[in-house]
Amino acid sequence: MSGARFPVTRALLDLSWSRVFAVFLKELVQMRRDRPTFAIMIMMPIMQLVLFGYAINTDPRHLPAVIEMREDGPLTRAFLASLSASTYIDIVAIAHSSEEGEAMLRSGDASFLISIPEGFERRMVRGERPQILIAADASDPVAAGGAITAVQQVAQQAFAPEFDGALSFLARAPPPYEIVVHRRYNPAGVTSFNIVPALLGVILTMTMVMITSIALTREIERGTMENLLATPVRPLEVMIGKTTPYVFVGAIQVAIVLIVATLLFHIPFTGSLAAFLLAVTLFILANLMLGYLISTVARTQMQAMQMTFFIFLPSILLSGFMFPFRAMPVWAQTIGECLPITHFLRIVREIVLKGAGFADIADDMGPLALILLVLAALALLRFRRTLD
Amino acid sequence: MTQDTVIDVRGLTKSFGGRKVVDQFDLQVPRGAIYGFLGPNGSGKTTTIRMVCGLLKPEAGEGEVLGLDVLRDSARIKERVGYMTQKFSLYEDLSIRENLEFIARLYGLDRRVERVDQALADLGLVERQTQLAGKLSGGWKQRLALAACMIHEPELLLLDEPTAGVDPKARRDFWDQIRRYSAQGVTTLVSTHYMDEAVQCDSIAYIAYGKKLLDSRTSEIPKQIGLFAWRITGHPLHPIELELKGAAGVDLVARFGTEIHVCGKNAASLERAVRQVKAAHAYVEIEPIEAGFEEIFIYLMSGSIDNFQ
Ligand SMILES: Nc1ncnc2c1ncn2[C@@H]1O[C@H](COP(=O)(O)OP(=O)(O)OP(=O)(O)O)[C@@H](O)[C@H]1O
Ligand SMILES: [Mg+2]
Repeated sequence: MSGARFPVTRALLDLSWSRVFAVFLKELVQMRRDRPTFAIMIMMPIMQLVLFGYAINTDPRHLPAVIEMREDGPLTRAFLASLSASTYIDIVAIAHSSEEGEAMLRSGDASFLISIPEGFERRMVRGERPQILIAADASDPVAAGGAITAVQQVAQQAFAPEFDGALSFLARAPPPYEIVVHRRYNPAGVTSFNIVPALLGVILTMTMVMITSIALTREIERGTMENLLATPVRPLEVMIGKTTPYVFVGAIQVAIVLIVATLLFHIPFTGSLAAFLLAVTLFILANLMLGYLISTVARTQMQAMQMTFFIFLPSILLSGFMFPFRAMPVWAQTIGECLPITHFLRIVREIVLKGAGFADIADDMGPLALILLVLAALALLRFRRTLD
Repeated sequence: MTQDTVIDVRGLTKSFGGRKVVDQFDLQVPRGAIYGFLGPNGSGKTTTIRMVCGLLKPEAGEGEVLGLDVLRDSARIKERVGYMTQKFSLYEDLSIRENLEFIARLYGLDRRVERVDQALADLGLVERQTQLAGKLSGGWKQRLALAACMIHEPELLLLDEPTAGVDPKARRDFWDQIRRYSAQGVTTLVSTHYMDEAVQCDSIAYIAYGKKLLDSRTSEIPKQIGLFAWRITGHPLHPIELELKGAAGVDLVARFGTEIHVCGKNAASLERAVRQVKAAHAYVEIEPIEAGFEEIFIYLMSGSIDNFQ
């Protein structure tokens, strides 16, 4: 047989779409019948978002702040008045030196140190855009994240009525001052806007990997593998047919997360939706392959679950979800780079929060696609075509 | 390609955990034959069948199935073989119809709906086709599995205890069907523990401890084994049974309802033992009979394999 020169690759890539469809259909019916699991896959995103999202995004109020005023004029007084009226912060002290303010921040007596520099009003009128400096204790990332928004609003409200008459030329965008935030103790400053899109990555990793990790082990444990292997179905057909239904489950989860993120957490979606959809599809596929690979290695569903948890930990700890990626040691970064979620987190943050499009995310799409291909190839090679 | 021999395997060997479960197994099955595969529990029948259809990789041996290399062409062998597993291996969470449709799709069958309808009608399961397969009784599961492995009209049927737990009427129907297939040229290798099924096979291969001990035409087996038997009736039989067990010349004492069948390889010493019993217990009747399959295989399975072969 001359056509069988590369019997291994030929047999691996052999494909009949009608057999793929057969496996797909069967998997879909089984998924539909397995109501509890299906319900969990739909409920999990909502539960996690509400739990994590609200726990983190409790819309904090009355955060203690210390103010360092280097100038006393009508504009700065109006700003100070607005600050004390704001429910977001409580002014606990007016510092007379920057050391005093820093000390309060360090001791935790204040979460913010807000400084108005000398000559603020004069420089604003001159158009030099003086800085309002916020030093935030970012070990509480939510507080730090909210600080910019709060102070921005306060400043806007305070200055707006003042910018009239002779000063009306200052009522323009961008505002004639600049708000600068210095995050202390957690320079990456994970914010709540940051957390919710990232939760999408965690939720998808959890459900997609978990559900496909038992794709084959379940067949082996139920004894149905023997029948399946006795039919002419090929490894690639089983792989595609078994994972495709969960692409739809992933899509439903994405929709749920997007809806909840918009309705409950008012996350602005600023970037390209098409780029997001492409990235999220690639990410779902990579996770499905990761789970499927586990399924080809594990011998029982129990083992598959344990291996899945073995993947979860680095996915949460080393992906930049929990700790700032660049602050991790090199070995941890290397592991992180191999995880699909690391790249997805960067992509989703860029798209959702920074308004990125296709060009901006290319440097993470490439690795994501590569991971997908490597996982799929490994899974195909690992697939046992016999009961040995 | 010798297409008259559908299964032709030589020296198949398989070990699990260092223990040889199938050892140097040869088998030649001609086209259209019904080949019985007998042996005690754990003797390696299932393992052998799995190697023949490519589900287990033999560590030694070679051969052809349907003219295709059993080691390298298992993908193409599978398309033309119907394998019924010993343990129910269809999907319990799919309905009867969905299971059949799934199998039909995997084999890429034309007229799929028609074939599935036909299979359901043959099974008599048309009204219950939407019922989940897991909810079927044990015997019905067997019958469904059998229908599923035949739906693609295979040339070779590998059936691993297909009638275990199936009622007598359904077993009869099943064997009628096998004979019909056989007449059409379909070859069958069937493992069974039922002697009434064994006698219906054209040939029988007997395996014990992974080694094939017997392989011949069914009609020739009694002669080949050369087992002699006597029937003893009367009441009470239990003391007689105890007395005969271990007596010189007696290889097997088997109770059949209200009679005892005493068997031995040596006709003269067997007769001596039986007549001694008659002399001691006048109330029993003795009568020489022909040793049946039941006796032969109980004899084989009782471990008296040393004086055989
Ligand atoms: N996957 C396996 N791993 C380890 N041992 C195995 C495996 N499959 C079978 N065996 C062992 O191989 C031997 C033969 O088993 P096999 O199932 O082939 O016997 P069998 O003749 O079909 O028995 P039965 O009549 O009970 O069905 C048994 O001792 C069994 O324990
Ligand atoms: Mg068996």
